[in-house]
Amino acid sequence: MATKTEVPVATPEAKPAVSLSKEEILRYSRHLIMPEVGMEGQLKLKQAKVLCIGTGGLGAPLGLYLAAAGVGRIGLVDFDTVDFTNLQRQVLFGTSDVGRPKIEAAAEHLRNLNPTIQIDTFETRLTSENALDLFKDYDIIVDGTDNFPTRYLVNDACVLLGKPNVYGSIFRFEGQITIFGAPGGPCYRCLYPEPPPPGLVPSCAEGGVLGVLPGIVGTIQAAETLKLIIGKGDPLIGRLLLFDALGMKFRELKLRKNPECPVCGDHPTVTKLIDYAEFCGLRGEEAPAPPTTVPEITPRELKARLDRGDDIYVLDVREPHEYQICNIGGHLIPLGDLASRVNELDSSREIVAHCRTGKRSAQASEFLLKAGFRKISNLKGGILAWSDEVDPSVPKY
Amino acid sequence: MPVKVMIPTPLRAYAGKQESVQLQAGTVGEALSALTSQFADLKKHLFTDDGRLRSFVNVYVNDEDIRYLQKDRTPVREGDVVSIVPSIAGGARDRV
Repeated sequence: MATKTEVPVATPEAKPAVSLSKEEILRYSRHLIMPEVGMEGQLKLKQAKVLCIGTGGLGAPLGLYLAAAGVGRIGLVDFDTVDFTNLQRQVLFGTSDVGRPKIEAAAEHLRNLNPTIQIDTFETRLTSENALDLFKDYDIIVDGTDNFPTRYLVNDACVLLGKPNVYGSIFRFEGQITIFGAPGGPCYRCLYPEPPPPGLVPSCAEGGVLGVLPGIVGTIQAAETLKLIIGKGDPLIGRLLLFDALGMKFRELKLRKNPECPVCGDHPTVTKLIDYAEFCGLRGEEAPAPPTTVPEITPRELKARLDRGDDIYVLDVREPHEYQICNIGGHLIPLGDLASRVNELDSSREIVAHCRTGKRSAQASEFLLKAGFRKISNLKGGILAWSDEVDPSVPKY
Repeated sequence: MPVKVMIPTPLRAYAGKQESVQLQAGTVGEALSALTSQFADLKKHLFTDDGRLRSFVNVYVNDEDIRYLQKDRTPVREGDVVSIVPSIAGGARDRV
């Protein structure tokens, strides 16, 4: 029975007042009959308070397993509504939940799963203004968000309050899991002092996620959370677990507390919550910046001109797998291949570039303008706008 | 020394879509410069304009962070695995 590291968190002195009802004893019997949990562990679970940031891909398995395990109080923070693209991986929601606030659908599902626990719902975006207040009543924070500003915010708030942050993040078929902010352990900023600048974050061409991946990563976060609560096993503190679903490999890297860390180091410079959008360089990006130099054409204009028989070369700069989902008959040259395949284009012809939303094709158009092409324009709003304005039979994705 | 450099998913597009690359190098710095001379597009993703490793990218030799070894002068031996580990934020969507 390996009881290696006892983490001094969420281990309230389980004594009087708290006990299990006959119904709870039956419900948790498979925990109670194993010595690593037992009555003592189950009472710790009952008294534990865990806050889940996000109820999406990671939050779904997390919420389900924490509720099923009998964590006495679970807080959920989310501001989003359920949409069809969520259902591929966010298993807390069903088709009939589309359009509902996530928090409402999630709470309903979890209360049905386990009516003996308390579910707190916070239908709000996590901000520097509300984070400390939201976190203060909970023992453990679990980060299931999907963006850099919120990740740094969750980290800093956890460090300032001295609460552990069970971290999981995913990309396509790869995941990273660890526990930040535990006593003596490293924080997110020890690992990554700064976020990537927006331009270097992968675009939608490289986005996407294997639906089961957040299930695996979120379940590992749930396991780590339960271990912290019952104080058993070897927690993922000071260790970064990397998971590759394609290779089906787990690897582990050492994480060290950085004495120069701006939040948890010896001489912290971040002593209160900051503006995380600005920190992540997103302020500038919100302003419509790049596509000023590239002329745009609306889907309706393009349709009218093609119908008229104008000689227009439609250039699709998406990826081949996106072309298979839907296309408008354009010539496919993915943005990443454009430089090496530019000789396939005839600069004397008029070219209209498009992608899914218009962003990658704006980059393609800029590149072509610089390469000496003159008759180029960008399809405004991409194939999504084409579907909205011209041909609703083109599926959106 | 022949060493293996592991390329993370977000950067594979800039490294010929490979998940790992075998290189000859005596130090981590040599391995990374061999890598970026083979795949020029990787350079701006790994290094700042003044040649420093970007702060959202960490490099490990086996399971140790080179920041706590000898940084880019960390020696590598035959059979060592150099991993590039960038921060990823995803939980749900990464849409632009």
